[in-house]
Amino acid sequence: MKVLSIALNTFRENLRDKLLYNLLIFALLMIGSSLLLMRLTLGEFHRLLLDIGLGSVNIFSVLIAIFVGIGLVSKEIDKKTIYTIVSKPVARFEFLLGKFFGLTITLLVNMIIMTAGLLAVLVAQSVPIEAVLFKAIGLILLECMVVTAVALLCSTFTSATLSAIFTLAIYVIGHLTADLKTFGQKMDGLGRSVLEGMYYLLPNLERFNLKGNVTHHIDVPLNELVLIVAYGMAYAAFLLLLASVIFQRRDFR
Amino acid sequence: MESTAETIVEAKNLTKVFRVGFWGRRVTAVDGLSLDVRRGEVFGFLGPNGAGKTTTIKMLMGLIYPTSGTASIFGYPIGAPQARAKLGFLPESPYFYDYLTGREFLRFYGHLFNLRGTTLEQRVDELLETVGMSHARDLQLRKFSKGMLQRVGIAQALINDPELVVLDEPMSGLDPIGRKEVRDLILRLKESGKTVMFSSHILHDAEMLCDRVAMIMKGRLVACGHVSELLAGSTTHEVEMVIDRLLPEALERIRPLAGKVVLQGERVMVVLASQQDVDQALDVIRSAKAKLVALTPHKASLEDLFIREANVIQSAKEAPVS
Repeated sequence: MKVLSIALNTFRENLRDKLLYNLLIFALLMIGSSLLLMRLTLGEFHRLLLDIGLGSVNIFSVLIAIFVGIGLVSKEIDKKTIYTIVSKPVARFEFLLGKFFGLTITLLVNMIIMTAGLLAVLVAQSVPIEAVLFKAIGLILLECMVVTAVALLCSTFTSATLSAIFTLAIYVIGHLTADLKTFGQKMDGLGRSVLEGMYYLLPNLERFNLKGNVTHHIDVPLNELVLIVAYGMAYAAFLLLLASVIFQRRDFR
Repeated sequence: MESTAETIVEAKNLTKVFRVGFWGRRVTAVDGLSLDVRRGEVFGFLGPNGAGKTTTIKMLMGLIYPTSGTASIFGYPIGAPQARAKLGFLPESPYFYDYLTGREFLRFYGHLFNLRGTTLEQRVDELLETVGMSHARDLQLRKFSKGMLQRVGIAQALINDPELVVLDEPMSGLDPIGRKEVRDLILRLKESGKTVMFSSHILHDAEMLCDRVAMIMKGRLVACGHVSELLAGSTTHEVEMVIDRLLPEALERIRPLAGKVVLQGERVMVVLASQQDVDQALDVIRSAKAKLVALTPHKASLEDLFIREANVIQSAKEAPVS
């Protein structure tokens, strides 16, 4: 299957890229450093370990999604490698999907390594490991897939630098959409409609954040989890569809 | 001979207008271009840099969309998967996935044609052999020289055993040996029954290889046809003579016959325009006991045609001003 071939090729490209290893090493160092910080806290050190650990997994995965994501397509266009792909019997959307899943595989492998590091720290400090931790990590992957789709969409119509700025902006706003809604409710007329429109249009990335649940040992019921996963998948699919439509019309000059 | 052959690439009035800059100024890169490539021939697509060769090829490959006009390959509209399955393409100054080794690189392209397993492995080894790159099969592409990249690039274009091979500037940036290898490869492809279309601004290569050529300037087709037909209209009978030990008084007898005389120490080079002049000059040389070193008839070349067409376009452009 062509999508899979392109995905595996993208994964291989990522594996041979130094950026990825730098980020991974930093992430593992951060997770490890929580052991030192733990000595500075009074009590609640379980919470600190989980907070820093999950935070590191989240931040570094998102960084990979954004900075590798923006280059997925634009690098192929800049280096003209795309000419040889698109002139083969490969549909443009197949190329985009291949790139998307390639980075998803990369993220998955990275997260497995980071999670292993986190678990090692937790086990060493005999912190109880609960199911909600894995749910939280799963949702971080889903969040990264949405962020990747945003980066991919941006890179189909603009430069790598602008894509990075747009994607970062959407990531930040995506975590503050609840505030947009609250703010909108305090306004009336046009302002209210605009802010509410933005609330529904932008990805609500806060939905994928279960870090509070993990540190406070509150499990998430399955039906709620299914809803969140469906929301993430649908949102990413919508972005990929939009990216395909734009990409299909594009001239490779 | 090829006139009865099946047409496999056909472009009709292809036009591409780009919008450039902030204000979207319109620039016509290709203007109403029509051409056809027939089965089994080597077709040269010639023109100076910036003439619109690459833009035309990109339109044929479905990388950019024509503003107007149509084109078909194997009877399918451009971009159709059925046409792409029988097509191989090498882009201009290609950059490839430099983190892959030669073999991984070809394997990846094979997968895009759904080639798998031993069939694919055999094909990859065979192609690396064909382009003389077997020694670099496990070397990453980032360590390749330009000539090596060009060769795996050609191998990539042949992975699906295509009927039509389109090469955009396959010889640019290569040293004389590399150019000869690419020329030989094109001839081998022709021998094995494939159709080759290639673009070049190096006319000498085209003259040696092509059955038919199309010449494009400023986005417009200026000539298209068999090389011999195109040259028929611009034959010259100039002969270049190089003479040693020619005494000054003998030189004075030749000078009125010659169009051009160049003195290099003992050696004299003269250019003569007609057979009659050549005979007379030879008589002078014999009687003066000078030594004839070389006698070279000047053949009309595509280059002459090219320069003539360029001058026509230039003067047409300047005409309204004066």
